[in-house]
Amino acid sequence: MKRLKEVVGCRLSVGADQTSRFNSNSNYKPITDNRQPLLALAFILIATVASAQDIVIRDATILTVSHGRIEHGSILVHGGKIAAVGTNAQVTAPAGAQVIDAAGKFVMPGIIDTHSHTAVEGSVNEISLPNTGMVRIRDVLNNEDIDVYRQLAGGTTTALVLHGSANPIGGQSQIVKWKWGHPVSEWPIADAPRTIKFALGENPKSSNFRPPPGIPAQYPQTRMGVEEVIRQSFIDAKDYTARWDEYEARKKRGENPIPPRHDILMETMVDILKGKIDVHSHCYRADEIMMLLNVSDEQGFKIRELQHVLEGYKVAKEIAAHGVGGGTFIDWWGFKAEAYDAIPYNVALMTKAGVLTSVNSDSAELARHLNQDAAKAMKYGGLSEEEALKLCTLNGARQLRLDHRLGSIDVGKDADIVIWTGHPFSTYSRVETTLVDGEILFDRQHDLAMRKAMAKEKADRLKKEADDEAKNKKPGRPGKSDDETKPEVTDEN
Amino acid sequence: MKTKIVIAAMLVASSAFAQSVIINSPGRKPLVAIRNATIVPVTSAAIPNGTIVFDHGVITAVGANVAIPANATVIDGTGLFVYPGLIDSGSHVGLEEISAVPGTVDTAELGDINPNARAEIAVNPHSNVIPVTRVNGITTVVTEPEGGIISGSSAMIQLAGWTPQEMTLKAPLAMHIHFPRLRTNSFDEVPQDEEAAKEATKNYTKQIDKLRDVFKDAQAYAKATAARTNHPDIKRNDRDVILEALVPVVEGREPVVMHANLERDIRAALKFADEFKLKVILADAEDVARVIPELKSRNIPVILGPILSLPPREDDPYDLVFTNAKTLNDAGIPFAIQSQDAHNARNLPYQAAACAAFGLPKDVALRSVTIAPAQIFGLADKIGSLETGKLANIIMTDGDPLEIVTHVRRLFIGGEEITLDTNQTLLWEKFKARP
Repeated sequence: MKRLKEVVGCRLSVGADQTSRFNSNSNYKPITDNRQPLLALAFILIATVASAQDIVIRDATILTVSHGRIEHGSILVHGGKIAAVGTNAQVTAPAGAQVIDAAGKFVMPGIIDTHSHTAVEGSVNEISLPNTGMVRIRDVLNNEDIDVYRQLAGGTTTALVLHGSANPIGGQSQIVKWKWGHPVSEWPIADAPRTIKFALGENPKSSNFRPPPGIPAQYPQTRMGVEEVIRQSFIDAKDYTARWDEYEARKKRGENPIPPRHDILMETMVDILKGKIDVHSHCYRADEIMMLLNVSDEQGFKIRELQHVLEGYKVAKEIAAHGVGGGTFIDWWGFKAEAYDAIPYNVALMTKAGVLTSVNSDSAELARHLNQDAAKAMKYGGLSEEEALKLCTLNGARQLRLDHRLGSIDVGKDADIVIWTGHPFSTYSRVETTLVDGEILFDRQHDLAMRKAMAKEKADRLKKEADDEAKNKKPGRPGKSDDETKPEVTDEN
Repeated sequence: MKTKIVIAAMLVASSAFAQSVIINSPGRKPLVAIRNATIVPVTSAAIPNGTIVFDHGVITAVGANVAIPANATVIDGTGLFVYPGLIDSGSHVGLEEISAVPGTVDTAELGDINPNARAEIAVNPHSNVIPVTRVNGITTVVTEPEGGIISGSSAMIQLAGWTPQEMTLKAPLAMHIHFPRLRTNSFDEVPQDEEAAKEATKNYTKQIDKLRDVFKDAQAYAKATAARTNHPDIKRNDRDVILEALVPVVEGREPVVMHANLERDIRAALKFADEFKLKVILADAEDVARVIPELKSRNIPVILGPILSLPPREDDPYDLVFTNAKTLNDAGIPFAIQSQDAHNARNLPYQAAACAAFGLPKDVALRSVTIAPAQIFGLADKIGSLETGKLANIIMTDGDPLEIVTHVRRLFIGGEEITLDTNQTLLWEKFKARP
């Protein structure tokens, strides 16, 4: 693997161990090798000198999301950004650019999933307290989670990775790009807002599970208690601020006060009040949605996005009036009592009421086909194709406050691009290629080519293990008989 | 419209677990002719500008030049398509209302051995899941128990009817065995230490022994029963409903749906089936590509799905579950597709399409949710295609039913026109009108 040159002033700087996972394949044309040094701002200009990472996608049907559809269109990717987009005639490929012939194919911006638990190492719930707003997802991200690669193979490139919903305030979430093959330090989007997960309803009140014997039930057990936990947390935060203000004032007066105790949970709550952390809240029923809107009015904090919000359609105008977004499942329902009135028309009803609405996954599986969930908003409730496309792209970007760089095919935006065999709303289409920050991180043809090499590597390793074992005459590794390539059935016949 | 809103209001007001108030057409099975539509019979080529006639619940004519009876109700199908109702080869429709509320779920009986449990007994004809499922074109489902080892028998039910008996096309349809798996609490089911491995193997062996004992008892019971039939003087013994339910299974008259997913489990299940000479339909089977010769030599059909699920192992190809259908089709092994779900059964057509996105011919994808399940379950004389003499399970659509953006415009089950209203459309209407 070649060492890459430092890319000056560019977010994409990568080190020796950080190259694209594709570079190890000699048959594959590497796109991250030989990157030329770039000036900090060069990438936003139309490139006149081609560098190795320039990519031109040619002759596709481009679903820009922001400005309609371009037939026989081309996109120039330079320095990880979209440098040009237009008809084939309008976009010139710099000499040496990698050209992807996308004739007959469809191109759309990378899918944005505003509700993910993928790549979280271990449990998603810090379940010990009603409010664990001090803990952070960014501390437990695992860049070897294969589901990330599988989601790239479904066109998903950006995710809001959240805690679970076991407590009213679960912890700080993280907005990431699925930069498969890159060190985890490069996954968080640097200028993304900080975010936190709240949760209402059955999960934080422990409705559908009981603690193991000997462990007492945890407060809260009702929606009343959930409200109290959230309200009390903000009241505490204001007292905390007052204590520090008083301390600072006394210091200014020349006194020698004892400083208050630092409390990172309280500092988190204070940052929410200051608008420095965006609240994304899990919720289902209309009454609990109203509860949170009221608490936010009373305590003076902003809710950025209601998550799941399956009964959002019942109070869509109240949600819209608060300027709050909604990210939802299109057609999951009936899995618990609070999901029994979930209807697939929720997205259309919220959209028509003026709620900024997205479809998101909460599932490593569903995150592989959020395009299909967006398509269902055309079926259920009759959104237009453009409105529906926004549900899995631009609207999510706006909810994450990243629409200046994500969510559509526009010059200057990040080159997060998905190439499909057909229209992404057709159930018969599949992803051919996915780019993140201008780098191909999934390519079906490459994937197919790699399978033989991987199978050989696996066989070689298994053989070596068996040989070593035979040599050492040690007893076999427990569970060796489970190896699916050589099944042994326990059978006492 | 007004009635709809009133009904919706009643529905919502009554209780959170309100039963469906959707009414089926009141038992009328009129003489109907649909003409000028593109008719896709599935078992033969599509007929542009065709006509289909049905009466008393049964298809009486299909073709390009069909005379329309004088007294028929004529439906103009210009611009529309006519398909047979889709069939879900494995679901919990009718048995499960709210998954997390045990009082509304009747899928798993206590204990490991429940061959006497019969799905059709617990089907709630007024479940809200039923209308929601059928408006996407699914007219017929296999609804099945789960849990334990022998979970019980499934039923093929029509998604319309006032009683479970009216809905049931065939029951018992098949005995469902969730073949024991080598279970541990460890990652990927691979025991991490010798002690855990031993414990897991012990439990696994115990389960297989238990299953074998039951089947041996059932064989003996069948033999005794047969002997008494021919020799009434043989001393009678008390009836045993558990063994009795297995008699048609050990005699090869009732198929067994073997639920087994990984290669190891599939092989073990096949070996067990060989021992007892069972008529097997393999289900779930994400590792099916690894046992093709074994299935082929035994003539075993497969029920795949849910297709939209993650591959079982970290190092599996990302598209493993999507490509299994193509692999089976290329090998000439019959297969059908299941949702293995209640609430998501409505997405069955898109599960079939996902196979077509990865190499399965589109027409075979359509067959996997129509004629293929009918054939696998021995009901091809009644359902699965538009042919004279079959039940009039008919959907009229504005496009390919395997595409999400397609709408079902009219729906007939057993010749009765069925409403496209669901509790979900009623809630939609109600809140669309919220001031």
